[in-house]
Amino acid sequence: MSEKTTTNTSFLNDAGNRAMLFQAVLLIAVVAVGYYLFHNLQANLENQGISTGFAFLNEPAGFPILIHLIEYTEANTYGRAFVVALINTTLISLMGIILATIIGVIMGLARLSNNWLVARLATVYIETLRNIPLLLQMFFWYFAVLATLPHPRDSLIFGNFFLNKRGIYSPEPIAQDGFGIVIFGFLACVMAAIALIVWAKKRQKQTGVWFPAYWTSLAIIIVGTVVFYFLAGSPVEFDAPTKSRFNVTGGMVLVPEFVAVLVALSTYTGAFIAEIVRAGILSVNWGQTEASRSLGLPDGLTQRLIVLPQALRVIIPPLTSQYLNLAKNSSLGAAIAYPELVAVVMGTTLNQTGQAIETIGLCMLVYGSLSLSISVFMNWYNKKMSLIER
Amino acid sequence: MKSNVGKILTTAAVAATISTGAAAATLDDVKAKGFVQCGVSQGVPGFSNADDAGNWTGIDVDACRATAAAIFGDAQKVKFTPLSAKERFTALQSGEIDVLSRNTTWTYTRDTSLGLDFTTTNFYDGQGFMVRKDLGVSSAMELDGATVCTEQGTTTELNMADFFRKHQLSYVPVIVQKADEALAAYASGRCDVFTTDKSGLAAHRSKLSDPAAHVILPETISKEPLGPVVRHGDNQWKDIVTWALFVQINAEEMGISSKNVAKIKSESTDPGIRRLLGAEGNMGEALGLNADWAYNIIAEVGNYGEVFERNVGPNTPVGLPRGVNNLWTEGGVLYAPPVR
Repeated sequence: MSEKTTTNTSFLNDAGNRAMLFQAVLLIAVVAVGYYLFHNLQANLENQGISTGFAFLNEPAGFPILIHLIEYTEANTYGRAFVVALINTTLISLMGIILATIIGVIMGLARLSNNWLVARLATVYIETLRNIPLLLQMFFWYFAVLATLPHPRDSLIFGNFFLNKRGIYSPEPIAQDGFGIVIFGFLACVMAAIALIVWAKKRQKQTGVWFPAYWTSLAIIIVGTVVFYFLAGSPVEFDAPTKSRFNVTGGMVLVPEFVAVLVALSTYTGAFIAEIVRAGILSVNWGQTEASRSLGLPDGLTQRLIVLPQALRVIIPPLTSQYLNLAKNSSLGAAIAYPELVAVVMGTTLNQTGQAIETIGLCMLVYGSLSLSISVFMNWYNKKMSLIER
Repeated sequence: MKSNVGKILTTAAVAATISTGAAAATLDDVKAKGFVQCGVSQGVPGFSNADDAGNWTGIDVDACRATAAAIFGDAQKVKFTPLSAKERFTALQSGEIDVLSRNTTWTYTRDTSLGLDFTTTNFYDGQGFMVRKDLGVSSAMELDGATVCTEQGTTTELNMADFFRKHQLSYVPVIVQKADEALAAYASGRCDVFTTDKSGLAAHRSKLSDPAAHVILPETISKEPLGPVVRHGDNQWKDIVTWALFVQINAEEMGISSKNVAKIKSESTDPGIRRLLGAEGNMGEALGLNADWAYNIIAEVGNYGEVFERNVGPNTPVGLPRGVNNLWTEGGVLYAPPVR
């Protein structure tokens, strides 16, 4: 509430009162419209005899899903099918984000390269992929991959690995007794590595002596885990794929649908990220690099300690938008049979149950939460990276 | 509580669309706008397919044309909306189309819980499998371990799952959003098997580069009665669409075709035929139509036999035999109630 400034103004002439009044009117209008729509919807659904509610999520689904990271069969419910699809969407989004970032950084740096050929190649890559619709690129990758690979009968075979139109087949590791020891060993190594990094930082602050803590800890983790693996008596067996009448069976398979969606999403978004990275690096004044060099820092450290932290402040906000785009674009995977949320929930489930409003609502809720989670994380990261003024 | 939260969440988004689709008298709407809005497929030769000039032909298209002929006396007063399998029911529920005539299978769930009514069957079908000849497969029971391509949002998807579960065969499902892309995936070798209704298999096979290299397996794994669908609650409209088809079947049984209908109307002394063609009494009145409604259907679109031969018969690229889709008097299952 505003403070009373004069005593003889009428109620409506007081700016504070007026503001409150408008707020109240707006609130009532919003609630009224919302109620009208809700009521209208319910009445119409009832008139048309369309069943409503989320009870269908407990019904058996009856349809198969190509890729499921958790146990799923046709006898499971629509609810579980929804979870499977949710995991598939999250998986492709996260992997896409990681790959797109790697591609984007490399291509962004390449475009700034002094090497004429490298810079031109990066330019061609960026300009081509940025300007072709993503859906088209997905079809291209899908059918290009399918067209070039051999039929299962003529699979390319590398030891226990098979490559054909149905995917890449590799031996599947199956944990045996004693695998717990390996996990325990791995965790112990990770903790040792963290301790080493903390110690190295502390020592550098106190004495200025530098120690290659990151490389050493990586070595500790890898070597340590391998040692524990053999100490435990190699407790992993491999289920190798074998040829059968139609396909290759057994082992693990990476299907072409997943590969096509992942490649399309990450190369497309990577092209945008490359430009963002280039802009970020160019935004850092050249004087910073010169100053760093005159202090005697080598080029690698100049980039890592001086240029990149400043460039990141420019890069992160538009990068967040690209990540959000990628997560939402993953829905295009439905077009080439990647069983993500839109395909499973808005495609099959909607059609089998007819619950259009509920299924579309579920999908909106998921994409909303996924995007908000990415936003929250990136905002946190942005804050962490932003200039701390003293 | 749970469902209320969901309803509120989704209300605002979709309420506007649904609120326009209230169950009004569809016939009045159609008469007012001057054409029937008909939902069809995105291209299944013989059922609903557009040529390069944008003219739609097919059995499902003719079901809509018969309805238009009954109402307007002009089979051309139809506008078509191509729909994917997953869009079709929403398009009808929301009032975007008046009739859904898109090789749609009549099932219990669809008839009871979607707010829709199936009229009658214009094609009796069943699901089958198509494989490459060089695989050497002669029965669906040999498909253990096969990869199967199909279109999303269809009964096909569930029948396929049921079939493989019932016979305890393993399989890899590749479920594609659109039929054309599912077929492309099959053609490229992603799948060993392509599955849909057998009529659809024949239609899709005619689209492949070398149709003779593919064979349709003998098993029929489901019943697929296909027919036009209307919104629930408008009985008059449902009657019109239903009886437009019954008239075509009755006409074939009585030997009336588009070629002889004018002659028969003026010469026939059979009271049943005279009633049907509007030469005696006014049968159309009960439907809110003119007396010559049935005459117009036969004159403009033809009887069921003509429609079948023209679109999917042995002399077309689809090349289907009459089979069960023959008159009951000819060993088929087409048996229309009498017009009296």
